[in-house]
Amino acid sequence: MRHDEEKMLSRKDLLGLKDCSGGEITEILDVADDFRSHFDWKNKTSGLLAGKALVTLFYENSTRTRTSFELAGKYLGASESNISVAASSVQKGESLIDTGETLDSLKIDFIAIRHPMAGAPALLASRVKASVINGGDGMNEHPTQALLDMLAMRREFGKIEGLKVAILGDIKHSRVARSNLYGLRKLGAEVTMYAPDTLMPRGIELMGAKIARSREGAVEGANVVMGLRIQLERQSCGLFPSLSEYSRYYGANEGLMKYAAKGAVIMHPGPVNRGVELTPALIDGDGSRITEQVTCGLCVRMAALKLLAEYRENKL
Amino acid sequence: MSILLKGGTLVLKDGEKKADILIENGNISAIGKGLCCDGEIIEADGMHILPGLIDMHVHLREPGFEGKEDIRSGSEAAVAGGFTQVCCMPNTDPVCDNAVVVGYIKYRQSQVDLCKINPIGAITRGEQGERLSDIGKMKAAGTVAISDDGKSVMNSLVMRLAMEYANGFGMKCLCHCEDANLVDGGVVNEGYNSTLTGLKGSPRATEDIMIAREIALSESLGIPVHICHVSTYSGVELIRSAKARGVKVTAETCPHYFILTDDAITSYDTNTKVNPPLREEKDRAAVLQGLRDGTLDCIVTDHAPHTAKDKQVEYNLAAFGFSGLETSFPLSYTYLVKSGAMTLCELADRMSAAPARILGLAGGEIAVGLPADLTVADLGEKYRIDSSAFRSKGRNTPFNGYEVCGRVKYTLVDGRIKYRDL
Repeated sequence: MRHDEEKMLSRKDLLGLKDCSGGEITEILDVADDFRSHFDWKNKTSGLLAGKALVTLFYENSTRTRTSFELAGKYLGASESNISVAASSVQKGESLIDTGETLDSLKIDFIAIRHPMAGAPALLASRVKASVINGGDGMNEHPTQALLDMLAMRREFGKIEGLKVAILGDIKHSRVARSNLYGLRKLGAEVTMYAPDTLMPRGIELMGAKIARSREGAVEGANVVMGLRIQLERQSCGLFPSLSEYSRYYGANEGLMKYAAKGAVIMHPGPVNRGVELTPALIDGDGSRITEQVTCGLCVRMAALKLLAEYRENKL
Repeated sequence: MSILLKGGTLVLKDGEKKADILIENGNISAIGKGLCCDGEIIEADGMHILPGLIDMHVHLREPGFEGKEDIRSGSEAAVAGGFTQVCCMPNTDPVCDNAVVVGYIKYRQSQVDLCKINPIGAITRGEQGERLSDIGKMKAAGTVAISDDGKSVMNSLVMRLAMEYANGFGMKCLCHCEDANLVDGGVVNEGYNSTLTGLKGSPRATEDIMIAREIALSESLGIPVHICHVSTYSGVELIRSAKARGVKVTAETCPHYFILTDDAITSYDTNTKVNPPLREEKDRAAVLQGLRDGTLDCIVTDHAPHTAKDKQVEYNLAAFGFSGLETSFPLSYTYLVKSGAMTLCELADRMSAAPARILGLAGGEIAVGLPADLTVADLGEKYRIDSSAFRSKGRNTPFNGYEVCGRVKYTLVDGRIKYRDL
């Protein structure tokens, strides 16, 4: 892992972690950690982004991410608006580029976008003056999710370097797995993945992931066991025979956690399919950090907005 | 009307030769030194004269998709690219699966009167893969081959019958090889770069399975078959071993498959999206080697012009393909001949004689008595590809800005100058 000179977030947009330096990632975590520890949650007033405008443009459903972006903006004093794509002119065939130009004309400063197709946030970012934050694009990246996961890990263990993280689930279709892999590797953690072969993407080991040969092997000595959501539609495409078979051979349960390191925690981006990728005992047990992840998510998004606003102030 | 090409270097089958060419009444009437003529004299000193280039795989988009290209703009692009003949694929609207559409294309060609256009008819009605088109009637109207380009005929019985029936009319099937189930919505090559970008990839097997099927049918039936736009190292190997066994298979590839790899997709630039997709370095190297050793017989462009609107969208939604007529010759010359991979005579074979041979077309040769279809190029001229200057309506190319050698100066069709570089 190389030590980077640049620490300031040096970009107009946050599209993914694969192009961020370790220094940039650490900076976002530091600012987010500061919000987590010191923000006035009781009163939630801040003028940090007063006069700025944020829009969420979500082409896919979301509870956590969208509300989290919305509130991150509002808690920092920004004007905020949500575009519900299902009720927008996108249904009349309006293109992403035309939508972006409309938002620029409305003098928007930040666009948080979630889109089913990889590369869409990059396309939008290249065409708008606003700063674009990727809230998840297809199977590519979900940078704020990985950042919040890393913040939760860092707060739990004091550091990222040297941590062992096991990721179980549909890796092939997961942007969360990829962003976590890129971020964790840049900060010196070890990432092990386990999934049925039909759900493991080609070449992932070339990006620094270890591929385990068994569930126990994946979790052995792990500080963090992260489950990923199995999309129920995948089963109907024949990627695995049934949900019960998936949970029997690939899901995480209490017995599996005996192989993990002492003090290991359970994480999941949500929403969780109870009993499929994680048993209820793990989801609701003492080792679960799933709800803490959500709070960290709010702080990470506040941090991203703050740092991008600073970039815009200085560079644009 | 006569024309004299003076002092050029002719690219012949067995070597290069500096000589004058006299053209009279559309044919080459003499080749020699010190010829004279009372018509136009073209000073070709320092230039090379190749047998007129032939592109046996282009999409002219007319009828039906004239926003992307029409027969006029496509022909202008062709002659600017040095092509004297093209063969156009039938995935138009309406599909070219009957004599009427074939006749329309021939009529438009005579109107536009630039390069020769040989229509390719659809294998099945509407390219639906079920019932055979009116193959005999299309042949009579002027088709030179059949293809359901854009897709494979998935039903092997239908494919068998098509190959046999068309063979009776002296026409080959030109096969786009893609297993319709296995592709599963993939838009790039499945591998490291598809994982890195999060774009859905399809494995090489998607193409190889159908190459193997076409070879198996050809071998069982003893009927020739042609494989379109080969992109995989494994596909090249299937064709090589089939040829070694004596199977009557021919094959083509495109410049992007011997020049680019899927490293290009990581920017999400939709000018890298093509079907079959760009693949990995081992495929690129194998395709290049296949062209060198003759496993792959010829170079085509698969010219696929699209409007800006078709390409300026999310990668998944963008149309597949590149506008290639105006870049194929300089790219092929630069990356194959200038690089030392093959000789100029071999390139002339891949871009002229071989397509003529495969389809039984007149052309591909410079000799007294033959029609004067000629491509005159200045191989020393270095320049950058500029898609904004294309004559094609399609500006979609991954090669914009690439430095190349080899400028087409004149394109002659039946002894008439159809393109001059000004």
